[in-house]
Amino acid sequence: MNKQKVILVACGTGIATSTVVCKKVEDLIKANNINARVIQCKISEVPGYEDEADLLVTTTIAPRAYKIPVVKAINYLTNINTQKVDQAIIDALKD
Amino acid sequence: MAESIKEYINKDLIINNLEAKTTDDIFYALSEILLKASFVKDSFYKGLVKRESKFPTGLTLGKYNVAIPHTDAIHVIKPAIAIATLKHPVTFNNMDGDGQVEVNVVFAMVLNEPHSQIMMLQQLMLLIQNEEILRSMNDAKDSEELYDIVSKFECNLI
Repeated sequence: MNKQKVILVACGTGIATSTVVCKKVEDLIKANNINARVIQCKISEVPGYEDEADLLVTTTIAPRAYKIPVVKAINYLTNINTQKVDQAIIDALKD
Repeated sequence: MAESIKEYINKDLIINNLEAKTTDDIFYALSEILLKASFVKDSFYKGLVKRESKFPTGLTLGKYNVAIPHTDAIHVIKPAIAIATLKHPVTFNNMDGDGQVEVNVVFAMVLNEPHSQIMMLQQLMLLIQNEEILRSMNDAKDSEELYDIVSKFECNLI
């Protein structure tokens, strides 16, 4: 089995929109049999997880560049063209 | 019983046709009613303003647009959603930093725990995705009617 991937889901406070996006990402990885776990955090906490994570999914503005790929997930809140975000996440987790 | 949006709204926490020019005007009006009803501490207003400047909350949806301002749990006493419809649209920055949006309806999310209130948050997202609901909120005559629209919003979460 491949090594488990780590997905960070971040918003400004780590309380509201990231909670909604977390659920969407968890459902997505389950539906696609992706071996990954999700960590919910504030965007300001991302640097602390950066080394262990494979992907950052965020609803807010990324204040700086990160070492890991970033997928913007605001579409999960507005429900506009969510397939695009689904695909971007799946692609980013491919080995 | 599953938690629903209904449990978080309150007739005292709804403002119909708020006359506001800036996001700060809106935050002040919503913070005032939340403070009066003891849902937040007096630091809530500053918390909202500070957070909005760093992490904006405007959401571009289409005909009617919304903003979902919120701030850190430290300013919160108990969870709620405070709602304001705006007499004239107010400009917010989009949440993802991509431009601005003219907002018609504001939902201040008063949250005190991470990872919780998921059902309510999901319902709120489904509500804002429903243009018909937003239209009726925008056209509501008074806060009583606004309360009825939101409290009757039922959705099946998969």
